[in-house]
Amino acid sequence: MEIPKSFLGFKRENGRTGTRNHVIILPVDDISNACAEAVANNIKGTIALPHSYGRLQFGADLELHFRTMIGTGKNPNVAAVIVIGIEPKWTKRIVDAIAKTGKPVEGFSIEGVGDIDTIAKVSKKAQEFSMWASEKQREECPMSDLWISVKCGESDTTSGLASNPTVGNLMDKLEPLGVHLCFGETSELTGAETVCAKRGKTPEAQKKFMKTWSDYNDFILKEATDDLSESQPTAGNIAGGLTTIEEKAFGNFQKIGSRQFIDVLEPAEEPTKGKGLYFMDTSSAAAECVTLQAAGGFNIHLFPTGQGNIIGNPIEPVIKLTANPLTAKTMSEHIDVDVSKILSRQMNLDQAGDELIKATLRVANGRLTCAEALGHKEFVMTKLYRSA
Amino acid sequence: MGSTEVIIHDEKDNVGVVVIEKIKPNQECNCWIMENDKSAKIQSISEIPLGHKIAMTDLKEGETILKYGHDIGKVVKNIKKGEHVHVHNVKTKKW
Repeated sequence: MEIPKSFLGFKRENGRTGTRNHVIILPVDDISNACAEAVANNIKGTIALPHSYGRLQFGADLELHFRTMIGTGKNPNVAAVIVIGIEPKWTKRIVDAIAKTGKPVEGFSIEGVGDIDTIAKVSKKAQEFSMWASEKQREECPMSDLWISVKCGESDTTSGLASNPTVGNLMDKLEPLGVHLCFGETSELTGAETVCAKRGKTPEAQKKFMKTWSDYNDFILKEATDDLSESQPTAGNIAGGLTTIEEKAFGNFQKIGSRQFIDVLEPAEEPTKGKGLYFMDTSSAAAECVTLQAAGGFNIHLFPTGQGNIIGNPIEPVIKLTANPLTAKTMSEHIDVDVSKILSRQMNLDQAGDELIKATLRVANGRLTCAEALGHKEFVMTKLYRSA
Repeated sequence: MGSTEVIIHDEKDNVGVVVIEKIKPNQECNCWIMENDKSAKIQSISEIPLGHKIAMTDLKEGETILKYGHDIGKVVKNIKKGEHVHVHNVKTKKW
């Protein structure tokens, strides 16, 4: 298949391109959720991103909170941002960082005002932003404006056999066109860590990956009270035919095809070394991982599943594919791309990769994903440790 | 093209994965090697369900299981060609 050279996206002030045109109401902290949700309810064309944290966090955990908030606002799928916090200082820090993109952003704080007056005030600004964003038009943009993140979930043996290699095939075909790519899931690379590290393009990238994985593994070994064979693979994985953590990890690893990664990113960190594949240190929990990748600036997500994970994200469209014929049948409303014919050999990886590229472009051009149509907006902050 | 009962990821692999609902003992299975699009055959010894592994060769205790062309664990009980390969005869090398 000849790969299209362009897609229709929303050009942003800083040169990035969005596949979506959201106006978001971003609460800085848990107690500002009610206000954010009330505004989003008042003003059509806006979405609130409620979450559970943002108070009394400190150190690296607080930095990650800010990085996730700011990165979410900066994401090119977002046209304009309203930030609401209980107090002005942290709110301003987030607003100022998002403003650097040049997109409209405004902050409000609730303390000394109360919810009702804040909601009225914010609603007026949100209406202005929503109507302004509604006039944005899609324009032809080069493929290199796609920033694609990947993560698999509810995996079974069909994931490693077919749906993950399909994603790998897409990466092999699209990387030469200058796209940005991102994979994560530090914990679920255990067993494939040395092979994965060798995919680092430079000795620095390789070393950084091994340190990230080792830090995680040390934490696991410190907390482990028994033989981890009971936990990884899980009982469900074993029933599905996965025997060891190594087997699970190599299945996971198929998603990057034959690519090499150029750098290791902190959770929610934006890549700065140009086009190509990046590894991001993330949780293996679906909603946490995708939230971090979206905050890193990725504008479209590919999610292979075996048993049928149903995750979505409020700002980054999540495209699901499966090679499990049963899942494709019983959970069809969640599956954007069915590659189960690989197992019956009626489709090869090259064809499956092409199908996935076509589906990715349709979604990039505006087609709703299953998760979007079903209203999945899981926005989940990663918390590193207890608050002060 | 005939039916495919088993898929093998890499030519180096000593196990394949059952991709039909189940294979019965003494079943002649067609295998597809994904890496190079070649075919192979294997006769089963055990009944093996969808997604589970079949040994493509005799494997002795201590030997390494290769899948995706990589080490995914060690044999802890001798395995005959065509036998079911899983947690009863293979263990992780990690823990």
